[in-house]
Amino acid sequence: MPTAAKKMLFILSKATIENVYAAFIMANGARMEGIESEIFFTFFGLEAIQKKKLEHLHVATVGNPAMHMPTLLGGLPEMEALATRMMKKEMEKLDIPPVGEFLEILSDSGVKLWGCKLAVDMFHLKKEDLIDDLDGIITVGDFYARADTDNTHMLFV
Amino acid sequence: MEKVIASKSIKVNEEGYLTDFSQWDKTIGHEIATEKGIEMTDRHWEVIDYLQGKHKKEEALSIRGIKKSGVFNVKEFYALFPGGPLKVSTMIAGIPKPKSCI
Repeated sequence: MPTAAKKMLFILSKATIENVYAAFIMANGARMEGIESEIFFTFFGLEAIQKKKLEHLHVATVGNPAMHMPTLLGGLPEMEALATRMMKKEMEKLDIPPVGEFLEILSDSGVKLWGCKLAVDMFHLKKEDLIDDLDGIITVGDFYARADTDNTHMLFV
Repeated sequence: MEKVIASKSIKVNEEGYLTDFSQWDKTIGHEIATEKGIEMTDRHWEVIDYLQGKHKKEEALSIRGIKKSGVFNVKEFYALFPGGPLKVSTMIAGIPKPKSCI
């Protein structure tokens, strides 16, 4: 049975690797199924489209029960970097691209990438700080207007 | 199950993918493409050749692999096979639908 979904709109508000990749893989997967998809980067999600930061995102080792390590240990120096290296190695094995390359694939696949105006202003970011493939910096209202077809779904990540 | 494609009885699964690649030939690919609303050009066939080559070498297909293929890029892939390029192109190529989520 073909899917009834026509358009997926993702709001990415976090910069931890697990959240960024969840949004990217879902957005890419939608395009692969012939579904339109767009991502709205807001708050810390903006780190994923900042040229200087996007290749330095981390896994959360503190406050993440799925890490199965005591919070105290997770807070030790280098712990986050270690967990991140391990996860990146596993992702490479599955041919999951690094963030920068993934963004290129998303853009080439027709995924629209939007920066949140309010968050961009709040973090004092300039257009030049953000990736060249960005489709624009828009307001919440503009993003809601992207839900212009039946069977549009909006997901907060 | 069997499906008549280009006047031949061809083994396919419930989604329409060939289950026996040895039954594939260009006329079969052509007819599946027409069914999908795609008019095949030389460029389309180059992509199909590439996909079948990967399949013969038992290398998994992914969108990242397409980007690195050197044969065509992601943008062109979507333009050639609209509506889910890997899904559509593998069906035309007579090879299984990729199982990967990327």
